[in-house]
Amino acid sequence: MLTQALFRALDKKAVWVIGIFLAVAVLVPMANLLIPPGQFGHVPTYLVSLLGKYLSYAILALALDLVWGYCGILSLGHSAFFALGGYAMGMYLMRQIGTRGVYGNPTLPDFMVFLNWKELPWYWYGFDNFWFAMAMVVLVPGLLAFIFGFFAFRSRVTGVYLSIITQAMTFALLLAFFRNDMGFGGNNGLTDFKDILGAPVQAQSTRVILFAATAIALALSVLICSMIVNSKLGKVMVAVRDAESRTRFIGYRVEYVKLFAFTVSAIMAGIAGALYVPQVGIINPGEFEPGNSIEVVIWTAVGGRGTLVGPIIGAIVVNLGKSWFTSALPEFWLFALGALFIFVTLFLPKGIVGLWKQLFGASRKKAEEPAAPTPAQSADIERGEDPSTFDNVQPRPAE
Amino acid sequence: MSKAQDTMLYLNGVSVAFDGFKAINNLSIIVRPTEMLAIIGPNGAGKTTMMDIITGKTRPDDGDVMFDGRTDLTKLDEAAIANLGIGRKFQKPTVFESHTIWDNLEMALKKPRGIFAALFYTPSEEDVARITEILETVRLLHRKDEYAANLSHGQKQWLEIGMLLAQDPKLLLVDEPVAGMTDSETEETAKLLREIAKTRSVVVVEHDMSFVRELGSRVVCLAEGAVLAEGSLDQVSANPVVIERYLGR
Repeated sequence: MLTQALFRALDKKAVWVIGIFLAVAVLVPMANLLIPPGQFGHVPTYLVSLLGKYLSYAILALALDLVWGYCGILSLGHSAFFALGGYAMGMYLMRQIGTRGVYGNPTLPDFMVFLNWKELPWYWYGFDNFWFAMAMVVLVPGLLAFIFGFFAFRSRVTGVYLSIITQAMTFALLLAFFRNDMGFGGNNGLTDFKDILGAPVQAQSTRVILFAATAIALALSVLICSMIVNSKLGKVMVAVRDAESRTRFIGYRVEYVKLFAFTVSAIMAGIAGALYVPQVGIINPGEFEPGNSIEVVIWTAVGGRGTLVGPIIGAIVVNLGKSWFTSALPEFWLFALGALFIFVTLFLPKGIVGLWKQLFGASRKKAEEPAAPTPAQSADIERGEDPSTFDNVQPRPAE
Repeated sequence: MSKAQDTMLYLNGVSVAFDGFKAINNLSIIVRPTEMLAIIGPNGAGKTTMMDIITGKTRPDDGDVMFDGRTDLTKLDEAAIANLGIGRKFQKPTVFESHTIWDNLEMALKKPRGIFAALFYTPSEEDVARITEILETVRLLHRKDEYAANLSHGQKQWLEIGMLLAQDPKLLLVDEPVAGMTDSETEETAKLLREIAKTRSVVVVEHDMSFVRELGSRVVCLAEGAVLAEGSLDQVSANPVVIERYLGR
């Protein structure tokens, strides 16, 4: 059963993508460790961490694409899951500091000593244990998504209404994590990390291993997403995206399909966050900013939603652009980002991947792949012709 | 309750109002196993609303809706009703346009509908044979790998009927199946539906009188949410009330 699903997942495209990132996981560390600095081909350590950050963003974009591109759920709160995974990792890293903090308290992180707390709050218990922290990286975002999705999808909240409440969710978390008495470091968040699994976080070797772990996690994410979208469940997800009520009338429980996609996606986002934090060295409430979640949507749209490669390319390309812009023309970055989103929406509805297919794949693929309607187009067909028929997108009020 | 015995579909005294407007008003209809029933009536007579009630999209304010003599449909949602064995074809053909014709049928094929059942589903030989058979029936076998978006209006109607067959329902609700079809396609559709009705119950809503005649089934004429007349097409169309309210003089 599982082997068959795996076999289906490994279509030609997925094998390529997975292969590339597994190669990257080996080659970039080699270029860093084996080629001496100054020589051609050397990848400096700061760049390794920067690339690692991009790859963790790529996992986040892929996670969003699973719910948005394939299942039609436009989540504008995916950074919340990313940040929660990041905080779980951050809490582990804080507990590893031990007596090396400014106040030298063996159990309490500095900010708690500063707040005059005498005991570790109960929800920090266990985070000194790596495996417990890793379980939380998966469980906390997964559980939040499950509970949130259970109520939202059962009440048949769809479309912009769902997007707005996901945005509200991340905003609520932003406000909560800003408060000092929440016990997560307030405004400053968690930082000054020392060790991860006994190895110093700043060390070259640790950074290289973290990079490799991120690249492997990305490859695994592609594998899992490919397995899902190539299964019958994946087809049902696309069916939900294009004609939700119709899917219900052939007997699928649309709310469970959405709940599955949303939960899996949140877990992936959480893992991305956990890989991100040790590489950038800080996690603070700013990660919950609603704007961050919208940026993820832009990455996915730019790369090409509804494909597995698109969001990865989008995340990397847009963030390369961001890195360049914020050093060269910092005040123009947001304008450039906005313009990019408008441009892509108007002229490249299928993103970079769609453009690539149009330019290079058209003649070769024509015979086997007659133009599939883009999600947007088929939605227009659905809604454009006759608004009175069953598939209008008005949400039902919660019952 | 005893009256519901030996029926496939039993509606008794069903009423539903939208903002005070009675879309269905004390409607009672019975469909027996392997019976075909054609429903005609003017626009706004409540034909589509009746289908919505049977399939769980709309809850009736009042009345009984029983399936197969024992299941109360008013307590179930769309997915549960579909899985009981009620298939519905919509007025506007609705197929999954970004899937191939084959995939449309594979999704509709009667199989466990759970998340993990779908995730690990691999078509068995019987499944492939069954889908191929349905494709032959609806004459789309040669186009099985094309996207459903590329089908003509009439072919989409047929694909949707194919999806209904794949669901293997006991009761088919078919809303205006021949809208947009050519005469020969209409004839073929009537033949196909008559064939289906040999083993299942079929309810057809249709405006096209010549098509209803070809179906050769019992006819119910609805108006203002209630049954106006019932009987063979000749009886119904000779009924003076029907002539006045629907057919026109």
